[in-house]
Amino acid sequence: MTPLIEAEGLTKHFDLGRHQTVHAVDDVSLHVDQREIVGLVGESGSGKSTFGKTMLGLLDKTAGQVKFQGETLPQSYAPGDFQRHAQTMQMIFQDPYSSLNPRMTVGEIVGEGLRLHTRLSGGEVRDSVAEWLERVGLNAAHMSRYPHEFSGGQRQRIGIARALIMKPEFVVCDEPISALDVSVQAQVVNLLGELKESMGLTMLFIAHDLSMVRYVSDRMAVMYLGSLIELGQSNDVFFHPKHPYTEMLVGSNPEPDPATERARGRTAVRGEIPSPVNIQPGCRFANRCPKVMDVCRGTTPELKNVPDPEGREPDRLIACHLY
Amino acid sequence: MTDQIAPTLLEVQDLEVEFDTYGGTVHAVRGVSFDVHAGKTLAIVGESGCGKSVTVQSIMGLIPSPPGRIVGGTAKLRGREIVDGETIDGDIVRGSEIGMIFQDPMTSLNPTMTIGDQIAETLQVHRGFSHGQALARAAELLEMTRINEPRRRARQYPFEFSGGMLQRSMIAMAIACGPSILIADEPTTALDVTIQSQILDLLRDLQQQNNMAIILITHDLGVVARMADEVAVMYAGEFLETGTADDIFYSSAHPYTVGLKAAMPTNRDESEQDLMPIEGSPPDLFAPPPGCAYFARCPRAMGACQNDPPPAFQVGSGHATRCWLHHADCPRRIEDLHYAAPLEGRDA
Repeated sequence: MTPLIEAEGLTKHFDLGRHQTVHAVDDVSLHVDQREIVGLVGESGSGKSTFGKTMLGLLDKTAGQVKFQGETLPQSYAPGDFQRHAQTMQMIFQDPYSSLNPRMTVGEIVGEGLRLHTRLSGGEVRDSVAEWLERVGLNAAHMSRYPHEFSGGQRQRIGIARALIMKPEFVVCDEPISALDVSVQAQVVNLLGELKESMGLTMLFIAHDLSMVRYVSDRMAVMYLGSLIELGQSNDVFFHPKHPYTEMLVGSNPEPDPATERARGRTAVRGEIPSPVNIQPGCRFANRCPKVMDVCRGTTPELKNVPDPEGREPDRLIACHLY
Repeated sequence: MTDQIAPTLLEVQDLEVEFDTYGGTVHAVRGVSFDVHAGKTLAIVGESGCGKSVTVQSIMGLIPSPPGRIVGGTAKLRGREIVDGETIDGDIVRGSEIGMIFQDPMTSLNPTMTIGDQIAETLQVHRGFSHGQALARAAELLEMTRINEPRRRARQYPFEFSGGMLQRSMIAMAIACGPSILIADEPTTALDVTIQSQILDLLRDLQQQNNMAIILITHDLGVVARMADEVAVMYAGEFLETGTADDIFYSSAHPYTVGLKAAMPTNRDESEQDLMPIEGSPPDLFAPPPGCAYFARCPRAMGACQNDPPPAFQVGSGHATRCWLHHADCPRRIEDLHYAAPLEGRDA
């Protein structure tokens, strides 16, 4: 398979002044193949949203590059670049409340991309908006309504229609379900799955809820404090996590089953994600890691291929001195 | 699971709450009854807007009135009436007897006061501590909620704390006066799973140390399974099913409970079984449906469900559900309930 989009050594730092730098994303390489969904997970503050935005060019890159269909994208986007890439890359945002302009009707919100970036007539835009509203499970008659008239799940569908109406080749979904109720999360996850099948979508699916991500994604990437620490097939990573951080993430997910939960011991999770300002060398997870060794505090572990003893998993990448 | 010896602290009977709005009257809570026992956790689970927060806020006397009104029901705390008709004796309840923590610790704390002062304020108001005494106690409480360097931290402001630490501070504030009941309204929804795990452990430890009752409000069945002794499944202002955690998870008796379970991802089997969403959305509480509230979304709905509200059927000891499928004359077999979503674990 050929990668549709490929980040190589992508780095994004924010300068705070006074010699302080936030290492939001540090040297992350990740590709997404055609028609593949890659889940990107990690705690808040791990840099996953910044990675998604930098990949799309919504933020300038500090270092590294992004190749889209073999073409290297500019380090910093000029207005014309946005114009060009809006039709190939789109984003679905986390918060369905603040990401829709309350003064625009749903028809204007969903149709805006087409009006700005294509030469379709007003009537054609309306037809397309109507078709997309139906496609995401809303009603074409909703076009003249305003966002406040919709529930959270419906608003998220509007956000999905707005992104997908451009028929993008690559979509970044930034926590599209975390603001929704459980019953509605399943609706949105299934909708994205159907649209992936019917449109051949390629997606980067950012989330902190691993159990949902495994239903959606083909591969799963785990980030911690700006670096990529584990990458593999979704079910492999979820059911056989290797990096101690991934183990901790998977293990803290409560299971909807009282017997399992009663058997659970106390959480092994220690501490919280530290500040990403002026990071020291060594493994970034060392201070919270239950399996920390001396080498972890001084030497940064490289992301390397760890072959499975049974040879089942061809491509599992792990950044940990244990392997 | 239910320990019958545990004394009943709070008894709520047929609580009804309404809100007057421009669009009409919202019937937010429509007759809920529950008991809270010392040292036990009652989880109220349901979707956004089902009335779970309003239920506990009305007991705390936190419903703004107007527009909110308690229109019916009673609540007794240790046998003493706290909600009678429309009056709520808030001072007895708040601070000293019942403590409460909220979903969003970032916006629930005052950004212009230090954490220590905010905790101390509770003790000064309800316990008559001096400022110095209260501050010293605040540091002890922060230590109990496992915040490192509590004395230094007590002098800091909310913006200097992470989300998890803010929630710990909220818990410190809620338990400051040694309440017998702690209400936790979606305490971990805004937190990462790793931090959620720590906070749930902390709540359970504090519960065991002080024999405190917890009313846990959540929409996450995983959190319910981890914490709850008893569970109430709430929908459109009513409890559709109540019972022990085992009853609710292993002998679900209401189609809504079954639907919620099928919509949750599980961590266990590697099967590629799809998630089964509950289609549609909850009914409009301006005009609640005449029959079963879940009728419009229920895959098991029958003719009777549309116009006749189902009474609470006892389906086991302490296990009740509002569903016509449990009526003796119901033509459908109750086993039908599960075939759409096979139960795991126990015999379905």
